Amino acid sequence: MRDVSIIGIGQTPVGEHWNRSLRHLAYDAIAAAMQDAGIERADALYVGNMLSGEISGQSHLGPLIADFAGLRGIEAVKIEGACAGGAAAVRIGYLAVASGLQDIVICAGVEKMTDEVGSRLTSALAQAADADHETVHGISFVALNALLMRRYMYEYGVRHEDFAGFAINSHANAVGNPNAMFRRPITLEAFKRAGMVAAPINLLDSSPMADGAAAVILCPSEQAREFTDDAVRIAASAMATDSLSLHDRHDPLWLQAAQDSARRAYRQAGVGPADIDLFELHDAFTIMAALSLEATGFADRGRGWQLAANGDIRPDGRIPICTMGGLKARGHPVGATGVYQIVEAVQQLRGKAGDCQIPNVHLAMTQNIGGSGATIVTHILEGG
Amino acid sequence: MGDEGHRARVQDTQHVTRNTQYGIMKPSTDVGIVGYGAYIPRYRLPATEVARVWKGGEGGLPVTEKAVPGLDEDTLTIALEAARNALARAQIDPQLIGAVWVGSESHPYAVKPTSTIVAEAIGATPHTEAADWQFACKAGTETMQASIGFVASGMARYALGIGADTAQGRPGDALEYTAAAGGAAYLIGPAEESLVLFEASFSYVTDTPDFWRRPYMHYPSHGQRFTGEPAYFHHVTSAARHLMAEMDRTAADFTYVVLHQPNAKFPQRAAKMLGFEREQWTTGLLCPVIGNTYAGAAMLGLTAILDEARPGDTILAVSFGSGAGSDAFALRVTERITERQHRAPKTQDYIARRKEIDYATYVRYRKKLQMQ
Amino acid sequence: MGIARDWRLRSQRYALVGEICDDCGRKIFPPRDVCPYCAEEAQTPFHFSGRGEIYSHTTIYNPPAGFEEFAPYTVALVKLEEGPLVTAQLTDVDPQEIAIGQPVEMVTRKIREEGPEGLIVYGYKFRPRLQAA
Repeated sequence: MRDVSIIGIGQTPVGEHWNRSLRHLAYDAIAAAMQDAGIERADALYVGNMLSGEISGQSHLGPLIADFAGLRGIEAVKIEGACAGGAAAVRIGYLAVASGLQDIVICAGVEKMTDEVGSRLTSALAQAADADHETVHGISFVALNALLMRRYMYEYGVRHEDFAGFAINSHANAVGNPNAMFRRPITLEAFKRAGMVAAPINLLDSSPMADGAAAVILCPSEQAREFTDDAVRIAASAMATDSLSLHDRHDPLWLQAAQDSARRAYRQAGVGPADIDLFELHDAFTIMAALSLEATGFADRGRGWQLAANGDIRPDGRIPICTMGGLKARGHPVGATGVYQIVEAVQQLRGKAGDCQIPNVHLAMTQNIGGSGATIVTHILEGG
Repeated sequence: MGDEGHRARVQDTQHVTRNTQYGIMKPSTDVGIVGYGAYIPRYRLPATEVARVWKGGEGGLPVTEKAVPGLDEDTLTIALEAARNALARAQIDPQLIGAVWVGSESHPYAVKPTSTIVAEAIGATPHTEAADWQFACKAGTETMQASIGFVASGMARYALGIGADTAQGRPGDALEYTAAAGGAAYLIGPAEESLVLFEASFSYVTDTPDFWRRPYMHYPSHGQRFTGEPAYFHHVTSAARHLMAEMDRTAADFTYVVLHQPNAKFPQRAAKMLGFEREQWTTGLLCPVIGNTYAGAAMLGLTAILDEARPGDTILAVSFGSGAGSDAFALRVTERITERQHRAPKTQDYIARRKEIDYATYVRYRKKLQMQ
Repeated sequence: MGIARDWRLRSQRYALVGEICDDCGRKIFPPRDVCPYCAEEAQTPFHFSGRGEIYSHTTIYNPPAGFEEFAPYTVALVKLEEGPLVTAQLTDVDPQEIAIGQPVEMVTRKIREEGPEGLIVYGYKFRPRLQAA
């Protein structure tokens, strides 16, 4: 096993890219990352994506994106894990480099969502759930999270507004991120009166769907200095799965795959939650942020929401999260999100996060969640 | 007339029914109803709503309100819940059901049986007969007549006869006040397992075009006042009179009577013509509060009676289907009724489960909005 | 077009037919090839009673394609009396009448229609328990 480092990053702004298609967005991010790393060729390309088949009528993304990015001929394949496809692509790239089989690997995440609208987009996203036993009943993705949130509020006696801190923190942090979709702060009052999407989830509990692409370049750590002085080491990479459907979970309010992948990552990196300086977690909905903090050991069961209420998650808090806006305010281009999280962690570890910079960051953790928690990928990154 | 004498007379007619001009139907083996079940949807459209939209709030109202199916209901779902209630009362192995028959004028498919879905869902498949029946509002009792023959002949231990409809009336038409949804199911089986016995039955049919619907048409057409005297009243009273005469009975010999009920007025007038008193028909007269459930109408009236009946009670039930014809049944309640009445929701439980809707919601639920 | 796909699931969809694990005895729904508790393969069909209570619920105003005509509608996780959780719509109930812990029972209803010419898909939903008086 070889040690693996990130030597280049690239991203497009998250938003509505009416003039750019799937392949263009991917190219933009890949080209930026290659330029950042100072490379012109790579051995392999892994593309994280969820909805290309559904929305763009385009499967077989590996060769399409490789060719379009001027990399015709290399090993290239799409990696799909619903909303966790981005981090899964990085995980696969990590395995390829760590194994010694590949040296320079591009891991990209791309999603083009605005080419579909309304109920058909809702349907496409719902494919992350069990088609025969969840989506057949007309369930939407937000509804699955609403089922979790209502039960959470019931079991732990939590009010809806107790989750407001997650959305307020993400929006406040996004102000400093030029690539974020919503660069404006929100208030508790705005959170409380936001329109209902699927009770108890309202518009400000929810991350916005958007277009976007991000990419990272991996190479063996021993070669990293040939390319950059800003290399970030992947201290741990771990993936775990749970039942696809919520109803098959032995304990729906516990993200077992989040705990499993985080524990594996902590073990690999030889660290614990107390050593992590910032955490890019998967706040697709405020409830997911609370559940993630619990499963990864930052809060006790049923107490994750308190970290939002007491300020622990803010940039100056005990465990800053979503430091560049998170899914909530940077935006959630589903299959690309996991790569955005890693790109942002690298920005922080390099000390180049601009207005979003958290001081003294040495270890950053990212966690990308697919579906209602069935695929969860955790990375721990270490600055130079 | 005493019970013994009556029974002897019925026995006498057993093997000669086809030889007499107006012979009643009496199978050579006694059969009865082993389980029965009702279903009525939750939503109610007050007749005043139809009058408000179409008559400026003026004019008489043929019913108080009618039962309207929800967006996820149709004749199949209604038939199925009624069938499940019948099985809950009967508590028999569904694999022993030799026929599943559904009578309706509103089958969800023009081609593809409702009955196979019911049969599958209740666990009667695959060793069973299944078919959909059609005879306007008489389609349901047709399945009962056929079930009597099927079971009595020994071709099946049990047969399930169901009448269910989600009837549609043209907006603004007189039928819109009444065209309702509901259904009832009867599991017919051996007399020794029955909660009510078929003493005899009778069918009376002519070619009388009082009401019809051509293929691909959404709403039915009807002959207005022609639906009354020559159609409903003639067939209902003829069937009832022939059955009572052949059984040497009068209205006074029955504890209850239930007739097809297209509105509140017709069945009460017909019952009066036949010599019945109000207290005999009140229990089975549901039309004023649920509307005309078509193939389910007389059958639901009968479930409401069975919910209340005591051992030894006698019931006259007469259906009517446009086109036209009537099936009449003479029934005698056994002591098994009391243990089974409470095994499933009663007809009045469904009537009490009521949510009033306005005309706009009704228009949406009944898919009268142009969406494309 | 999911003709065979819906057809092959008809017993679980119409009547909540699941399984009981021959090894650990747990009741399983939806049915699967390997017991999710003990990973044994052998199971025997089991008819669930259809009775349960609401574990959680939400109402959908922005439905996926194919469900537009039913919106708004309520979906729930229902804890069956025999143990498993099941995802399904609630029916014959107004959203404001629903509460966690409420007793419900299974009914078979229309889940969706494949357009005006296509098949009608029927399956389980749950409604507030209608007690036999």
